[in-house]
Amino acid sequence: MQGFGILSVLVWLPILGGIVVLALGDRRVAAARWVALLAAVATVAIAIPLVTGFDRGTAEFQFVERLPWIPAFNSWYHLGVDGISLPLILLTAIMTVPVIIAGWTVIESRPTQYYAAFLIMAGLMIGVFAAIDGLLFYFFWEAMLIPMFLIIGVWGGPRRVYATIKFFLYTFLGSVLMLVALIYLYVQGGDYSLRALHELPLTLAEQRWIFLAFLAAFAVKVPMWPVHTWLPDAHVEAPTGGSVILAAIMLKMGGYGFLRFSLPITPDASRELDWLMIGLSLIAIVYISFVALVQTDMKKLIAYSSIAHMGFVTLGSFIAWDIAASTGTLDGVAMGLDGAMVQMISHGLVSGAMFLCVGVMYDRVHSRDISAYGGVINTMPKFAGFTVLFAFANAGVPGTSGFVGEFLVIIASFKANFWYAFLAATILVMGAAYTLWLVKRVIFGPVANDHVARMPDLNGRELVVLGSLAIGVLLLGLWPAPLLEIMNSSIHHLVAQMTTSKLPI
Amino acid sequence: MSDTPTAWSTIALASPEMYLVAAICAVLLIDVFAGGAKRPRLTSTVTLLALAVGAWVTLDHGNVSVRVLAFDGLYVADPLALVLKLSGLLFTAAALLYSRPYLERRGIAGGEYYVLALTALLGIYVLASANHLLSLYLGVELLALSLYAMVAFDRDSGVAAEAAMKYFVLGSIASGMLLYGISVVYGLSGTLAIDVLAQQLAGEPSLGLIAGTVFVIVAIGFKFGAVPFHMWVPDVYHGAPTAVTLFVSTAPKFAYFALAYRFLSQGLDAISPTWTQMIAVIAVLSLIVGNLFAIAQSNLKRMLAYSAIANVGFILLGFATGTVAGYRAALYYTIVYVLMTLGSFGVILLAGRRGHEADELDDYKGLHARDPMLALMMLALMFSTAGVPPFVGFWAKLAIFEALWQVGATWLIVIGALASVVGAFYYIRVVKLMYFDDAPAQPRGEAGFGLRLVLGLNALAALALGLMPAALMEICARALAG
Repeated sequence: MQGFGILSVLVWLPILGGIVVLALGDRRVAAARWVALLAAVATVAIAIPLVTGFDRGTAEFQFVERLPWIPAFNSWYHLGVDGISLPLILLTAIMTVPVIIAGWTVIESRPTQYYAAFLIMAGLMIGVFAAIDGLLFYFFWEAMLIPMFLIIGVWGGPRRVYATIKFFLYTFLGSVLMLVALIYLYVQGGDYSLRALHELPLTLAEQRWIFLAFLAAFAVKVPMWPVHTWLPDAHVEAPTGGSVILAAIMLKMGGYGFLRFSLPITPDASRELDWLMIGLSLIAIVYISFVALVQTDMKKLIAYSSIAHMGFVTLGSFIAWDIAASTGTLDGVAMGLDGAMVQMISHGLVSGAMFLCVGVMYDRVHSRDISAYGGVINTMPKFAGFTVLFAFANAGVPGTSGFVGEFLVIIASFKANFWYAFLAATILVMGAAYTLWLVKRVIFGPVANDHVARMPDLNGRELVVLGSLAIGVLLLGLWPAPLLEIMNSSIHHLVAQMTTSKLPI
Repeated sequence: MSDTPTAWSTIALASPEMYLVAAICAVLLIDVFAGGAKRPRLTSTVTLLALAVGAWVTLDHGNVSVRVLAFDGLYVADPLALVLKLSGLLFTAAALLYSRPYLERRGIAGGEYYVLALTALLGIYVLASANHLLSLYLGVELLALSLYAMVAFDRDSGVAAEAAMKYFVLGSIASGMLLYGISVVYGLSGTLAIDVLAQQLAGEPSLGLIAGTVFVIVAIGFKFGAVPFHMWVPDVYHGAPTAVTLFVSTAPKFAYFALAYRFLSQGLDAISPTWTQMIAVIAVLSLIVGNLFAIAQSNLKRMLAYSAIANVGFILLGFATGTVAGYRAALYYTIVYVLMTLGSFGVILLAGRRGHEADELDDYKGLHARDPMLALMMLALMFSTAGVPPFVGFWAKLAIFEALWQVGATWLIVIGALASVVGAFYYIRVVKLMYFDDAPAQPRGEAGFGLRLVLGLNALAALALGLMPAALMEICARALAG
């Protein structure tokens, strides 16, 4: 049994920071802001030893903490990281900083509660990725709904109430079904620990139901077509920071759930139902890309683009058996999973940055309509440079992080089936079409109106935020090897788990 | 028949009840003879002190590790009785703390209120320790009569009188049902002692016994307020003064738990397959009707009444398993639910002021701007009742689901899960009103610091028990050891 350690600090430090910020109150907002920033930056700093001390050679959980929590359910306060959760924890810690900075002066109503909500969110989300006890995972997973519900509902746009209630009920319904499945697994095996769940033998019928219950929770979060409809509403109405967290991290929880729960716990059902997952992923990629093309609202466009990009995550995760069947080896399987993971991290950075860009414009003009802009490059040249870079990354141009994940998944799909790859590759065209068309209409051309003419260029705060994200996007695009190296052992372990049948022969 | 010596040592087991009777007499006398403007305050202080001493007496005399019978088998002291009594006492004290300023401001803080609360508590005590169908009935009636009077306690309120009348008439029918059921069971088994009854019943139940069980279940359904015997719940919750609703909706739930557990789980254990089916049906109906009707309410007290019906559905789901794990989960759920209900009605008390009951949902519009602390507490309580972690309500639902999975009751779980999603809607609607809507200009409630402290502790308990649920689960496990 190991006591408290670095992971606990990562989970609880932002939450405590949030409580301190809340206690400071709106009357001491300047102090609260700095405390919030300090907590966010400290979280990133504390995450650094996690990377440097991480043993890349093993798939075992590291930095493990295990303390008794609920003996009645044999559930433990059990934290740990492996190559799959570590990058996502880093992403969460890193993306919280720009969110705090982005709201620095923009949020006028109840600012301290805004910072507190995001800090608490950050802690809970790290908890989701760090928990290796099923019940603890669910605990963090659900608790996150409360701050997000408030973030959209309090600071969102005109239809915020509708959007937030829709968001809450959609995700709550999915989660409750997952809980039911988790309890079933516990009753069967008498243990909530993730490794025990992974090894629990299950019949095909059991696996099928459990897979579907998990699917209900994860598909809503990813979100997969056809349960994606909450996302555009939530995104559009959420404040900038809320959109960033939603796109950058919350959607990743669905993908993480598939890798962590569905694939290893129900490998046979995943194999049996992979046609469903592949089908839904391809629909998300192709159909949702067309939907994105016709959007007139910038945030909605990016929201739909997120759904399409997340389709790559589910495609890369579930294409494994087709690859194995058509190539006869497991070599290509890891490539699909690698692609899914890289896509998650990359999309976290890129979509977050895109939403921040929209936020920068929204703060100046207070409109999200594409038609309200035009020729922004004339008044905001620095900003235009960043936007174009992130748009390229979103379109998957080589050299940016967006390219690596998509490329890996497309190559993996090629090994499975030419037509999968063909359909998946449409995103290269479509993604370029809707993103670059957006850029063309908003950034280029003559100055559209007086509002645009009066837009001041980026201030120092915005420059730091977008600049650091730009570095991340380029770094990951040009040199993804360190990330792949961290994931390598865990991905191979996962491949072994998901290709080993749990059924008696 | 087990050995039941009538020695002083066993009679001393009933000290908590005897102490309560003495306390009731003392409070009554003090209230009659104390004069002047300070009278209500004095009576309530004495009552609270009496309850504090009562907690000590209960703990001192009721803390037994094994079942002990007394009074020729009429009375049982076991760990379950201790937990139920202490919970009843704790929540009675909390309810009195909450209601004191409310009653004083409205000038209805008569001493009768405190005496009635104590007699109701005595009823809870008697029920918790009943090992005999007659002492069970005695406890039910003692509790019920106190509650009828409390609902009608504000004599000038027509709504309250109407509520009390409905409660009385329907409650009397329920009592009649219970008595009839008891007589049938007695006729077929020849005994009224619960432990003897449990030994005598075996094998397939006769048609007569099934009929008797139906009557018992109807009575239990009435008392709990489960569908289709729930008609009185919204009217009583709505019509009674909020302080009384607070009491009616909290502590008595432990008595009804005792009634169901002692009669069904202990006495009729041998025919549990028969009654678990019936309980499952009314549990499912309660979940569906309670949650759907709660959505349609515009009055918070009525909404919480339907929420109570839905939550009773969950408690009964625990009984529907017919297993010790299920009873444990039901006990845990009862304690947790009562804790949250106490806080929710506490918020209604705090948000109100003289001449204005803040019981319409619209009264909570923009509460966050007026009174951030109160809104935060209500937020915690609403999310907790909806079953969202990190609050304790989540664990209560989890415990019920776990117990249901152990008996493989898939459909009950699915219905329970879907019902909790529907339920989440009206709980978060309250949060929506408080946080997202603009406030009409309205003065704050006039709650003092003391009340806020109580409410703060109440909401904090919902959070603390949610983060560290093990201790309370352990208590429930000990109360109902296999």
